[in-house]
Amino acid sequence: MKKRRFLNGWTLITAACFLFFLFFFLYPISRIFINSVYNFETGAFSMKSFVKFFTKRYYTNTVWNSLKVTSLATLSTAFFGGTLAYLARTIRLRGKRVLDIVMLISVLSPPFIGAYSWIVLLGRAGVVTEFINKLFGIQFEGIYGFSGILLVFTIKLSPLVYLYVSGALKNLDNSLNEASESMGCRGVRKIVTVILPLILPTLLASALLVFMRALADFGTPMLIGEGYRTLPVLIYNSFIGEVSQDHSFAAAISVIIVAFTTAIFLLQRWVAGRVNIEMSSMNPLEPKKATGIRNVLAHAYAYVFILLELLPIIVVTFNSFQNTQGSMFVEGFSLTSYVKAFNSMGSSIANTYMYSIAALFIILVIGILVSYSSVRRPSVLTAVLDTTTMFPYIIPGSVLGISMLLAFNKPPLTLSGTAMIIIAAYVIRRLPYTIRSSSAILRQISPSVEEASQSLGANGAETFVKVTVPMMISGVLPGALMSWMSIISELSASIMLYVGTTKTMTISIYTEVIRGNFGVASALSTILILSTIVVLLTFFKLTGRSEIEL
Amino acid sequence: MSVTIKIEHAVKKFGSNTVIKDLSLTVEQGEFFTLLGSSGCGKTTLLRMIAGFNSIEGGDFYFNDKRINDMPPYKRNIGMVFQNYAIFPHMNTFNNVAFGLKQQKVREPELSRRVNEMLETVQISELRDRMPKNMSGGQQQRIALARAIVMQPDVLLMDEPLSNLDAKLRVEMRTAIKHIQNACKITTIYVTHDQEEALAISDRIAVMREGVIQQVGAPITIYQHPANLFVATFIGQSSLMDATALHVDGQPAVKLYDGSVRVLPGMRADIADGTALKLCIRPNEFHFADEGLNASVEERVFFGDTMRYTLRLDNGQVIEIKQDIHQPLAQIGEKVKLSFRSDVVNAFDAHSEVSVMKEVVQA
Repeated sequence: MKKRRFLNGWTLITAACFLFFLFFFLYPISRIFINSVYNFETGAFSMKSFVKFFTKRYYTNTVWNSLKVTSLATLSTAFFGGTLAYLARTIRLRGKRVLDIVMLISVLSPPFIGAYSWIVLLGRAGVVTEFINKLFGIQFEGIYGFSGILLVFTIKLSPLVYLYVSGALKNLDNSLNEASESMGCRGVRKIVTVILPLILPTLLASALLVFMRALADFGTPMLIGEGYRTLPVLIYNSFIGEVSQDHSFAAAISVIIVAFTTAIFLLQRWVAGRVNIEMSSMNPLEPKKATGIRNVLAHAYAYVFILLELLPIIVVTFNSFQNTQGSMFVEGFSLTSYVKAFNSMGSSIANTYMYSIAALFIILVIGILVSYSSVRRPSVLTAVLDTTTMFPYIIPGSVLGISMLLAFNKPPLTLSGTAMIIIAAYVIRRLPYTIRSSSAILRQISPSVEEASQSLGANGAETFVKVTVPMMISGVLPGALMSWMSIISELSASIMLYVGTTKTMTISIYTEVIRGNFGVASALSTILILSTIVVLLTFFKLTGRSEIEL
Repeated sequence: MSVTIKIEHAVKKFGSNTVIKDLSLTVEQGEFFTLLGSSGCGKTTLLRMIAGFNSIEGGDFYFNDKRINDMPPYKRNIGMVFQNYAIFPHMNTFNNVAFGLKQQKVREPELSRRVNEMLETVQISELRDRMPKNMSGGQQQRIALARAIVMQPDVLLMDEPLSNLDAKLRVEMRTAIKHIQNACKITTIYVTHDQEEALAISDRIAVMREGVIQQVGAPITIYQHPANLFVATFIGQSSLMDATALHVDGQPAVKLYDGSVRVLPGMRADIADGTALKLCIRPNEFHFADEGLNASVEERVFFGDTMRYTLRLDNGQVIEIKQDIHQPLAQIGEKVKLSFRSDVVNAFDAHSEVSVMKEVVQA
């Protein structure tokens, strides 16, 4: 029967996607678990890596460090991002559009650019540090360690919360707000008893994202952490480190991190499941003009925010045009850093664009296929696939990087050092987002449109190509752009997987910063940020939108 | 071209749940045929079986002599119009209508000629280059109709095409659909839950309930001679009244609750005396009289050409009647005597709920 044959086509596609995931994700991740207790050279099982980890203060402290700075960063971003979002949705701010775009660019800029810039500003020899020390005659040592990481995380990740909460507040019906006020519940009490509970699911979801990103961030603690050691740094050092390479130990730490992220993820799911709220706004919240001191304070808050978010970008851009001498910036401006960057790092610039576009293409194809099969032709297999493809959410980039190295560094599966392995890592990391957004879009498209196409003589495949995909693409595209922008600034997985020929821009920036070539690093960072801004503005221009879903 | 649709012993199951047990139906060539029933009665399920979007668990479906059970939808040469229009949102009007023709590899200039003609027929030529999101529901439904008919399908299937439109537009589109169908003479199956729409538009109607066809017939037949109590109460408004069968001078008659006897000339003569019946009387078949059932006026509502009364009979039953506005008016609280036209009312067996009237041919 025709119908059954067509069904088989989708079963095959689903199976193929599943195999892709099995090969590039499930198998590598399983290798982490195996390697943490099994030594492939000696063929012996042992728990010694775990024992080593849990018996040495040095290591357990790292866990404590990571959790402390990550949790505090999550709380502070939730507070700052959340309050700013509320202000911007309720009080009419001049330059709200600028605020939104700055927040977006900040979210999308490479994570460690912040760390680098804040060292330039507030580090030992920082501009601001020296200014303060001269002014007050004190010996401020600059921000490093815990406070430095917390500062960078807060500034870097608050926009994430801002964008999510702002989206949720947009769906909040103003009549709820008015109803609350009509019953005499106003001001802070209204926010706590009405607004906050309504946006709680979103706040939790964004807090989870912040937590995951902060916990997994490798670049920031590496650059600004100094003695303050966090888990990703520990993994990197034990896997790649110059001192000693202990793969089994790195695997064991990975297992511990994954245990943490899984626990946090499940906790968030559990809480979010209990506070699930459906909102649809017929009558969205309108920002109102505030007067007097309220107006001034609100604007001040927003503008300080904009300044803090922009500072790293300004610093990097400024530095990129400065003349350098070794690792020192000297008088005068020129394009020397850019020339150097293109001369020595040309291949990493090309790699970045090639890999990211290849990854994006694969993500789009797999994402659309998987979401279609799981929404339109659900089966046991698609249910399994749907769940599996969500796992990468809770796998930090460095863990994914290690797992892939463990899995593919020996024949017959020697992929380490290839472009393919980096592209695969990109795909795995971003696929969950694309699958989720395309599934959501597909659910909004009535199946009758596809039936209409079939009734007009188009068979299953023709309908999919001519009707379903074109209808989905406009909805999938914003998410795909977001994916592309996060891919070009990805560091934590690719830092594990790169070799000389497969360097990308983020890796080059990182290595140049470590080497003290700040000029070249700044030039590369500027190119990266500029790409993001251009793509973003082009998108807004072309679609006529002013917001983009994260 | 247009075909006869024959369905024999159709069975539809969703999992272990049998929605249609054994349904047979013939739709004549060029006929405008309506499946009418409340939601969940299986009418859309049946339509989608004909379209090929639902699997067929049993029985045979024929277009003329061709069995179509195993034919995929895109080979059945059907045109389908959906409740939510299902316009391709990424194509303009022209491309929506041209989609099927392009699928059939129809080339220019024939392609443009046929599409433009069709747009003219459904009166949306001026929307030719517009995108769907800028159009009203009525305009979108015209595109959907044009898109289906331009293919010159063997069968036109419509699934509640008007239910998302507002009342005024619904009447307007209803007329447009009827006109176009008349002109094209495509065998059409139309699904609706709106009895007024069904009566207005159809050549024949099948009234469905729980997957079973209750009656098939022309709108007038179904309205005037309902085959059973369900059809009688589903189509139009009626008041039910208990009665007992008897014969007066060899004429079939009924005895009402107050003991009065009425001869029903339309009732079958072979109904045994003493059989429990239900009389089904439409609001306009009642009238005030000098002799008859005692009632008091509880409420009245003015409808312009008619006055609608809610009356309470002296046995406590509440009934609705409708009087021409030029008849003498009754006041609220007034005691009245009530009679009805015994030549047109319908009677049903109280147990089997089947009609006992001569005019009704039982299937």
